[in-house]
Amino acid sequence: MKGILKSMATTLSTFARKPVTREYPETHKELPERDRAFPVLLWDKEAHEPFCTGCHACERACPVECMTVLMKDNPAHKSVGGESGRRKIIDKFWIDYGRCMRCNICVEVCNFDAITMNNTWEGHEKSVYDRADLVQDLPMLLSEHRSGELKPWVNE
Amino acid sequence: MTNALQPSEFEVQDIMINMGPQHPATHGVFRMVLQVDGEIVKDLIPHIGYMHRGAEKLSETMDFRQGIGFMDRTEYLAQFNAELGYVMAVEKLMDIEVPERAQWIRMILCELNRLSSHFMFTGAFGTDAGVFGTSFTYAFRWREEILDLFEEITGDRLMYAYFRPGGLAWEVTDNFEARVRQVLELSKQGIKDIDGLVTNNEIFKARTQGVGVLTKEQAIDWGTTGPVLRASGVQMDIRRDEPYLFYDQVEFDIPIGQNGDVYDRWCLRMEEMRQSVRIVEQCLTKLQPGPIQPERMPRMLRTPPGEVYIRTEAPRGEFGIYMVSKGGNRPHRLKVRSSCFANLQSLRDMSIGQYVADAVLALGSMDIVLCEVDR
Ligand code: SF4
Ligand code: SF4
Repeated sequence: MKGILKSMATTLSTFARKPVTREYPETHKELPERDRAFPVLLWDKEAHEPFCTGCHACERACPVECMTVLMKDNPAHKSVGGESGRRKIIDKFWIDYGRCMRCNICVEVCNFDAITMNNTWEGHEKSVYDRADLVQDLPMLLSEHRSGELKPWVNE
Repeated sequence: MTNALQPSEFEVQDIMINMGPQHPATHGVFRMVLQVDGEIVKDLIPHIGYMHRGAEKLSETMDFRQGIGFMDRTEYLAQFNAELGYVMAVEKLMDIEVPERAQWIRMILCELNRLSSHFMFTGAFGTDAGVFGTSFTYAFRWREEILDLFEEITGDRLMYAYFRPGGLAWEVTDNFEARVRQVLELSKQGIKDIDGLVTNNEIFKARTQGVGVLTKEQAIDWGTTGPVLRASGVQMDIRRDEPYLFYDQVEFDIPIGQNGDVYDRWCLRMEEMRQSVRIVEQCLTKLQPGPIQPERMPRMLRTPPGEVYIRTEAPRGEFGIYMVSKGGNRPHRLKVRSSCFANLQSLRDMSIGQYVADAVLALGSMDIVLCEVDR
């Protein structure tokens, strides 16, 4: 009997506590800065082009092979009358978010600090009706950073 | 009126019933075929393999950095412990010295992971035992605090991919120590709550005592490890017997059970949670600033040919990694010694002669992770 009363007392005592649950779709928990959602590309705001040079390092290191990278000669390079220091630049970039296992390897192998993990709720809430819609192309991958939504993180 | 049928005229036949694979009480996709005589289990045949993803084979195609992420997915309730086994195997093959700070942080995270895993157990097992949603919500409230801490450090709530051969992927947050202390306080409160709610409750005791008994001999025969073995009265803990990390520098008790029944397994895990808190507290006092990766770390992880077996004490028992390398940047063969797989074999002995509902309890008390059983 004593044990049961103790259980009751425990249950009662929780009435005095503040609730920890949230009304999910309306209110979001604040995400920590390091949060890893899905990889996105970074935008060089000074040169007005992506940091990514299309070097394929991330594509090769990805364990699930969910990235496709195509490289091109940079039309804005100094040698052709432009201002950019990047000889090569990314042409097309696809990441299949349906396959990505969010392992952070692509961020670690990139020598140009051109890719990072999304740490906003936009990065988490990717529900679509068709799996093909999860494949992100270059403008989509760059949009998050261009609009300045990403929170800075040490690894960036 | 007299009964025309005499009992002897019935042909008594055992019924085979199928439980699972999609059954809420089987903790994942696990199927057991029960041969029952009325309510009594006469025989039990476990069927596994519904969650087989070929993780071992897949790891052979993954280099040593890519494989870490797959270890998380092998053991999704004790991810740090699983990663630890993998990276320790690579470190041993490559003969890397891990800096002290990295070791202490690993230890803290592994013990917190044990806490969160045991919280999960208390929630899930309460549901099996009929406490229904209450224990789940209580346990998850506190587990969530630990996961929040993990998320702050590693960036992910479940699939951390944080340990690297040689140390850690990146430095912990600046307020790490304060946050760990805070989480420990909350966990203590949580342990007290669940203890008060369930452990001494007479109804719970009546339901669980004497159920699913596994004797000492049976436990050893089936090769069980971890809480299942210790609840049967065998004091074996790899953290003490073959210390890895710095477990030889901290003090902790290894609780053992008397009867080897379901109730003992519950109490043992509650006690283990208290010990984990104790270990983490000691680790925090020894944590010094310093590097988290060795100074000269090769850029490409390549091992010389060789083979190692690493055993670690995961929350569910001995988690072993047997890794064969023929040189190069990926394992030639990787074998995961799953603690749950060995523990699960003892289910038949635990359940025969008991009620069907008790077989569910016995299964729940093992705290199985089907993902780890099937790999
Ligand atoms: S993101 Fe980095 S690693 Fe990947 S192609 Fe671009 S520059 Fe190379
Ligand atoms: S996070 Fe991992 S799985 Fe996802 S794209 Fe990068 S390397 Fe590939």
